[in-house]
Amino acid sequence: MNVFKKIRKRLNEKSGESTVNDWITIFFMLLPYALMFSLFVAIPVALAIGLSLTYFNTIQVPEFKGFLNYIMLLTQDEVFLKYVLPNTFQYALIIGPGGYFLSFLLAWMLAQITPRMRTILALALYTPSMVGGVFISVVWRTLFSGDEAGYINALLMQWNWIERPIQFLQSPQYLMNIMIVVGLWSAMGIGFLAMLAGILNTNEELYEAAYIDGIKNKLQEVIYITIPSMRSQMLFGAVMAIVGAFNSGWIGVALSGTNPTPQYAGQLIINHIEDYGFIRYEMGYAAAVSVALLLIIWGFSKVAYRLFGERD
Amino acid sequence: MAFQGTKINPKRFDKSQLKFYLVLVPMALFMVLPVVYIINQAFKPLDELFMFPPRFFVIKPTFKNFTDLLRTSSTTGVPMSRYLFNSIVITTITVFANMLITAASAYVLSKKKFKLKAKLFALNQIALMFVPIAVAIPRYLIIKNVGLTDTFWVHIIPMLAMPVGLFLVKQFMDDIPDALIEAARLDGANDLQILWKIVIPLIRPALATVAILTFQAVWNATESSSLYVSDETLKTFAFYLNTLTTTNNTIAGAGMAAAAGLIMFLPNLIIFMVMQSKVMNTMTHSGIK
Repeated sequence: MNVFKKIRKRLNEKSGESTVNDWITIFFMLLPYALMFSLFVAIPVALAIGLSLTYFNTIQVPEFKGFLNYIMLLTQDEVFLKYVLPNTFQYALIIGPGGYFLSFLLAWMLAQITPRMRTILALALYTPSMVGGVFISVVWRTLFSGDEAGYINALLMQWNWIERPIQFLQSPQYLMNIMIVVGLWSAMGIGFLAMLAGILNTNEELYEAAYIDGIKNKLQEVIYITIPSMRSQMLFGAVMAIVGAFNSGWIGVALSGTNPTPQYAGQLIINHIEDYGFIRYEMGYAAAVSVALLLIIWGFSKVAYRLFGERD
Repeated sequence: MAFQGTKINPKRFDKSQLKFYLVLVPMALFMVLPVVYIINQAFKPLDELFMFPPRFFVIKPTFKNFTDLLRTSSTTGVPMSRYLFNSIVITTITVFANMLITAASAYVLSKKKFKLKAKLFALNQIALMFVPIAVAIPRYLIIKNVGLTDTFWVHIIPMLAMPVGLFLVKQFMDDIPDALIEAARLDGANDLQILWKIVIPLIRPALATVAILTFQAVWNATESSSLYVSDETLKTFAFYLNTLTTTNNTIAGAGMAAAAGLIMFLPNLIIFMVMQSKVMNTMTHSGIK
């Protein structure tokens, strides 16, 4: 016992600020999160990178192929280049920056009205984001259902705009637009809440000072005062908007009910990964597509950090 | 008063605010209408569900869809209540476990001093960009190899690392003065006691936010049931709802799906309404520097 205490004492002296006890606490308090984080976030990303360099069909041992999957992806995969990539960019650019701009605009307007009404309206705007994917598909599938019972079809027929019901969710020319509507519908997520909190938290004296200094209108107020003083929330909101845009990629499949979507009209990278990974079992190739997706998300976030990050 | 602009966070209504309502109210209606529609669908009797032209609002509300839902079971004979029970248990365990795990690790990252601290938090911040479905395949391989497939835990354990949650709680905790913790330490409290008795009561808003985010993620999740579980008695209510709408396109199915959708939706709404002021409080600390 005594020896043990002595060793501990010496170790304590050596490590300066933190004691051995401290290290034990730090280790055990971090352990559960660190373990889960490694298993389900970090290692999957590393594995995806590793697998992307192989041919792997889940039965045989992965076979090393170098960059073959990436070369195939960028030169041979006609579906990817012709539909998936343009679709993803179209969808992500509208839902990401578009949804983000809309979130900011609505949050800013909410900040200009009285608290009680603000709470009610903010709750209404956030409602779509609290329901999950299943609910979203139930709602919109019934609304856009292809027969007369579909509410949108029935309305259009009642107004004599169309004669026969339209197969909205099965026709390539409508699917993407519907996906964008649904995507924007559920785009006011926690980034929106963060920006609302950020705007409400800006310093009122700054505004007064700015008006004395000659700011003339609301637009100048937003550009020179509001946005700079809530930069960090703007960045958080931007990251959340990007992640949200790529995370909601399943809706095309959820709405149309098939993967691939009709004539690949609503095919996004996420669906392409699923198509190759879980339908064709070409896990190596699917992993390469995953890595490409992670790189795209990372690229988008880089832009957000460049815009709103702290400049040093 | 030289100050001419309308104020942020006004206390009183003013005519100049009307222009904002002009945009906000239609937007809010657009957001809520689909939900109101499903609520009405859930209470419609059969003849109203398939009335032409369809009516938005229910005329003769009935609970028939709900009783039908309770009475039916999936094609494999598992009753609806089983799925609901699974979802409730899974969600409760995950929410509480997540609050504890997040609080403990945020405490370490915010209040303890050690070398790797800044690096670990930076790593977590990068992980904010993490999109789980992007790496669905490696996750699938890991879950299979860890032996989680076809267990109850497969719904819970992969949900326990939530980078956004840790990020928000840590930022919130940074505002607790170190002096408070030092004082407690001088009084002889160890880290576990400090965390439990001092820190956790102070970060309740942030933990409420973690609870809500976890709830939303777990309660609404279908992937774990469809990818990792083949035993029907271990699947969740969200998954059951999904099968109702994708496979069961019969006439009775539409009303039942709406009823099930409403059961899915209500807990989300209630929890958020109860905790919304706490969430807003947390969000003021959400900045990324």
